[in-house]
Amino acid sequence: MKFYGEGLPGIDPVEFAGKLIVIEGADGSGRSSQIDLLRDFLESRGHATVNVGLRRSTLVSEELNDAKKGNVLSQTTRSLFYATDFADQLENRIIPALRAGYVVLADRYIYSLMARDIVRGADRGWVRSLYGIALVPALVMYLQVSPAQLVERNFRKNVILDYWEAGMDLGLSRDIFDSFIRYQRLIQKEFLLMQKEYGFTVINGNRSIRSIANEIRARVEGLLEL
Amino acid sequence: MNARATTELPGRLIAVEGLDGSGKSTQLHLLQRWFELRGLKVFATEWNSSVIVKSATSKGKKRQLLTATTFSLIHCTDFADRYERQILPLLKAGYLVLCDRYIYTAFARDAVRGCSHSWLRNLYGFARRPDLTFFFNTPLTIALDRILSGRPQLKYHEAGMDLGLAHDPYESFRLFQERIYREYLAMQDEFGFVTIDGANTIEEQQALVRKLVGEAFDLPSYRWKIGT
Repeated sequence: MKFYGEGLPGIDPVEFAGKLIVIEGADGSGRSSQIDLLRDFLESRGHATVNVGLRRSTLVSEELNDAKKGNVLSQTTRSLFYATDFADQLENRIIPALRAGYVVLADRYIYSLMARDIVRGADRGWVRSLYGIALVPALVMYLQVSPAQLVERNFRKNVILDYWEAGMDLGLSRDIFDSFIRYQRLIQKEFLLMQKEYGFTVINGNRSIRSIANEIRARVEGLLEL
Repeated sequence: MNARATTELPGRLIAVEGLDGSGKSTQLHLLQRWFELRGLKVFATEWNSSVIVKSATSKGKKRQLLTATTFSLIHCTDFADRYERQILPLLKAGYLVLCDRYIYTAFARDAVRGCSHSWLRNLYGFARRPDLTFFFNTPLTIALDRILSGRPQLKYHEAGMDLGLAHDPYESFRLFQERIYREYLAMQDEFGFVTIDGANTIEEQQALVRKLVGEAFDLPSYRWKIGT
């Protein structure tokens, strides 16, 4: 494996035996269901897996959850807080698991973080260098779902739209529905721009859970040569 | 550096840098008093003092959860919070903002821990460069003596114990400070530090600092505009 940029001091990823697989997508894109199905599939075939996601580090996850409740962090501070959370999980969970030969399933990775920062005005070069510490995954699958479908799925799950997933802090619109659609379009545009640079596999997420799972399986099987 | 960090603002940013025990905080305090007594709009801020990020920082340090990268990122987060909520708004409001340690502290310390120079410079690229940076160049032995003569309880990271340089905290602190000192010296020209000889008396140093500040800025224009 290798790093996107300068990597982490003192770590040589060449000999890592495991595989890092990332599923990206908005809330309501079916990410978590697909991660669960993929995990079952991999474990049934005898692969050990570890799940990681955003805001799950020992170091700052509590503080990030608190900060999420009130809009108290400024833009750069929030970006860096998330980067800290990511780095902590990278060094303390992802890398040890990869060394030990696990398949690491990441429910979101640096791309969501980068897209969120960039649509909020962060400098692209700054964000890219910041996340130069990240490992290049073996496979990145982006579940692309139309904003209209996302709204429907979010309503079915929670009845309300999430403040952050609607990008309300950007002031795109005071109407949360309107803001959600516009924000998700901005994020998708950013993902498609990143697709070329980072080589994602785009998966049409407007389909049934079953048919998406079949496509993901086929791609993972190819990767692991089962 | 990001384009946003170079636009002209009405306030002025003055930073002091140097080793622990270099006397920089004393000098900054005296400069602050001078400004206050002249009725100037002044605000002083310290490294590592943001409220929001404090709990995470102290948890990480206490449980020794931090690596070179997360140590660097969490301090940068802390700095960003202070920068966006205090330093930048005050500069926009026309204050003289005094920083006891600034981004160069991170450049020196995190580089010693193994972070790359270019990654660090980019990381702090959102922060504007100070209008004036004083580097208190105090001989290493004097700075070390000021800190260590009282046999203080050195904290784990403060002593650089995470670098594994020595088992004894005092010895580790010495080796750690020596490496930081070398990083500072190497940055002098790159960032245009104004170097103050820390071997001189407090009064001599302060007189020079005040003279240089008076030459660099039109101080009367930073007076409070409202009646007192």
